[in-house]
Amino acid sequence: MEHNHWNGFKAGAWQNEINVRDFIQNNYTEYTGDSDFLSEATPRTRNLMAKLQALFAEERKKGGVLDVDTTTASSLLNYAPGYIDKENEIIVGLQTDSPLKRGVNPFGGMRMAKQACEAYGYKLSEKVQSEFRYRTTHNDGVFRAYTSEMRAARKCHVITGLPDAYGRGRIIGDYRRVALYGVDRLIEEKKKDKAKLAKGNFDVERVRLDEELFQQITFLGYLKEMAAMYGYDISVPAANAREAIQWTYFAYLGSIKEQNGAAMSLGRVSTFFDIYIERDFRNGTLTEAEAQELMDDFVMKLRAARHLRTPEYNELFGGDPMWITEAVGGMGEDGRTLVTKNSFRVLNTLYTLSASPEPNLTVLWSNALPENFKRFCAKVSADTDSIQYENDDIMRPIYGDDYAIACCVSAMKIGKQMQFFGARCNLAKLLLIAINGGYDTSSKMHIGPQMPVMDVDHLDFDEVMARYQTYMEWLCNLYVNTVNIIHYMHDKYAYEKTQMALHDSEVGRFMAFGVAGLSVVADSLSAIKFANVHPVKNEDGFIVDFETTGSFPKFGNDDDRVDLIAKDMAHRFITELRKTPTYRGAEHTLSILTITSNVMYGKNTAATPDGRAAGQPFAPGANPMHNREENGALASLNSVAKLSYDDCRDGISNTFSITPDALGKTEEERINNLVAILDGYFAKKAHHINVNVLNRETLMKAYENPDDYPNLTIRVSGYAVNFNKLSREHQREVISRTFHESM
Amino acid sequence: MGRIHSFQSLGTVDGPGIRFVVFFQGCHLRCKCCHNPDTWAYADGTEYTAGEIVQRVLRYREYFGKEGGITLSGGEPLLQADFAREIFALCHQSGINTCLDTSGSILNDSVKALLGETDRVLLDIKYTNEEQYRENVGCTLKSALDFLDYLKERKIPVTVRQVIIPTVNDSRENMLALKAILADYPNVDKVELLPFRKICQTKYDNMKLEFPFGHLPAATKAQTDELHKILEE
Repeated sequence: MEHNHWNGFKAGAWQNEINVRDFIQNNYTEYTGDSDFLSEATPRTRNLMAKLQALFAEERKKGGVLDVDTTTASSLLNYAPGYIDKENEIIVGLQTDSPLKRGVNPFGGMRMAKQACEAYGYKLSEKVQSEFRYRTTHNDGVFRAYTSEMRAARKCHVITGLPDAYGRGRIIGDYRRVALYGVDRLIEEKKKDKAKLAKGNFDVERVRLDEELFQQITFLGYLKEMAAMYGYDISVPAANAREAIQWTYFAYLGSIKEQNGAAMSLGRVSTFFDIYIERDFRNGTLTEAEAQELMDDFVMKLRAARHLRTPEYNELFGGDPMWITEAVGGMGEDGRTLVTKNSFRVLNTLYTLSASPEPNLTVLWSNALPENFKRFCAKVSADTDSIQYENDDIMRPIYGDDYAIACCVSAMKIGKQMQFFGARCNLAKLLLIAINGGYDTSSKMHIGPQMPVMDVDHLDFDEVMARYQTYMEWLCNLYVNTVNIIHYMHDKYAYEKTQMALHDSEVGRFMAFGVAGLSVVADSLSAIKFANVHPVKNEDGFIVDFETTGSFPKFGNDDDRVDLIAKDMAHRFITELRKTPTYRGAEHTLSILTITSNVMYGKNTAATPDGRAAGQPFAPGANPMHNREENGALASLNSVAKLSYDDCRDGISNTFSITPDALGKTEEERINNLVAILDGYFAKKAHHINVNVLNRETLMKAYENPDDYPNLTIRVSGYAVNFNKLSREHQREVISRTFHESM
Repeated sequence: MGRIHSFQSLGTVDGPGIRFVVFFQGCHLRCKCCHNPDTWAYADGTEYTAGEIVQRVLRYREYFGKEGGITLSGGEPLLQADFAREIFALCHQSGINTCLDTSGSILNDSVKALLGETDRVLLDIKYTNEEQYRENVGCTLKSALDFLDYLKERKIPVTVRQVIIPTVNDSRENMLALKAILADYPNVDKVELLPFRKICQTKYDNMKLEFPFGHLPAATKAQTDELHKILEE
């Protein structure tokens, strides 16, 4: 099939099948030059952004939520078209009929929707409640199946953050398909896939897929209708850059109207858009300033995306994040870089529209990236603290060159793989439960296999490890089964119809598990191994504290004695997880990532043998514990780099904060040094790093006078937040972290 | 074997690029502006072999890029010159750039051998006259300049550094004197003026020592930038 929309594109397999990668490879123009070509924001952009900034300020003043539509359940066609400033918008579409107004999404769970309304002084309407009275939500389904042990594990916080009351997220639709093919072609292909299923025996798997395809086709139809409400016909392919961005955005918008998953990531669109922009340049229908305007307007829409959450949710995932993660850069399998001029433009939005946590700009770093691009990234990082970096050189061999990042660190082939998000377990609490023979002293609950409390004067490493292994085996089995129930029910009651319509019909699935408190456990086991750890019991005979004497190596100092303990823990955990089969045959993966839940995990965990007091926050992600690093920043990076990506295929998050002075004396030096740090860290096969270049004093001032720092953005754990949107507790935790300073 | 105070894996201010900085233990000088009094007493350090140190350095070579490498600082590395030379020689075998941060107050055969393995010297010219050297350092300007002469003869590139201390050496005259001294040394390709800082006060407090310049105000980068312009005139 030929479209005149495709005029000027190089032909290829992509015309005969849904294959965006092939289109990109045949048509993109790599760019190795510097950033001098970039344009500043136009007056139109500045005016529109000022309107949005005013809305942000009003939202802040109202306690974080500007408005809620309590009478409508969110979906693709349930709101009238909304605009920020209709006459002056180039890219259109809002989640509800008005900017920053939040919809309610009870499909994942009614209780959470009600509580979220109430938390901000609203009441979910009777209308919505009665619409759902005879409908099962995802949350209803999960709790019908949870066993008492699963409930107990959840209640004592050894497993937390499970997506059992709202959308699971972490699924990336290939939103580009709508621009390249138009919706009608996508429907046609899905119908072909469905027809193919008709031949053969209908087992459970086939019936499920058959119904899913029906739902996908239905929602592709809704997507067309949604766009038509805004006056666009997306049944056909996009004809120019503006349409390509608009079509892609509509696909994303439909998805976030339908789903309120924790992470609703964007994928890898910048280089795809560049192909359309370059074609418009060749046709003389677009200027550089206009190209930047398109990206600016698109990014403004992304910055206005919102979901309605409960306070408990915010405790885990602070700062109102959406994880609209856009993967930028990287290398192609043929050795050309995937960096285009539009990779620069999307980063340039941090200047044209000022620093911001969203979209979650993620640079896929390769040693082979063009030097000019590396330097521009380093400059943007130092100026805005808004970028994260992930190692393309270790991911590309696994996922090819058209993968993206869901949430913070979860890689997947776009449109070909998805994941079942499984939150994380508290590794430090599990150690304490093991030592106490199946008792959690924080929640005062018995859980897991019941054994005597370890009755020794000094903890012996081998004995503790043997116990720990036993409890790990128990928990991993329970954990996989729990996540299996969640995703069975999510597929059944809150299936992602729009997003999955933008996947191949046969997809690869990951089941992503996680751990929190890895550095606490590594240091605790190191203390038990290399120092003297005397357990202190309470009157009931349970161990509630430890007296540790003597010195012991601590994670974060590039000391193999403890670093290899950390590595081994991750290896043991994934090995145990793999022993229990997953729902739909998903591949088990593991992340070392906490988001901001490290504070909550710490709060619910008693004192640990490493000297961490009861209630004290864990370090975020895979970070060493705060202020235990004695040999400087690179030693700390080297420790984290030792964790194996093969064990932790769902990502290893590290957050790195350094003062400008410690990075170099001049801007030139700071850029060179940051590039060298990133090159070095990733050459060590590390996976991810958040970079903050700022002084602790700045954060302390922002803590005291938030109004003076409305745009202060900081990378926390796999994402960035507006510092002012964090809770006071989270702000204090961020301030207490290690800042690498010059001596 | 040698005695080491500590390591800094990310050194960005002691030589070009990213440096792994090894702080030597022991110093015979007692500079009144010293910010590392904890490196003075030789006996306080930890013993390492040169091989052990280079093993550590090698773990960071991926970060060094085109410019970075190892820097020996202190303390005064010249007091353990044979040990320092052994470290540098091993580094050179692995292609790692070597940088020596020193007061230049000793120039014996061991030091000369060390300089044979040194790619760059960061030389402290603490003051521009003998009187202030006598009063505030405990060695002579002449010794530093003899050292500099030797570096010139060996054509070893030098970064000259001076800590700018308000009321002590922050005058235009001092800058002109420094400029005059350095005019004869084509191997000095960079001059860094470091603002006097007082974050070391807690170290003095912990050691129950008086910080001799503790009563003076700290200098700012703006001040040193301004003084640097005189050198460029």
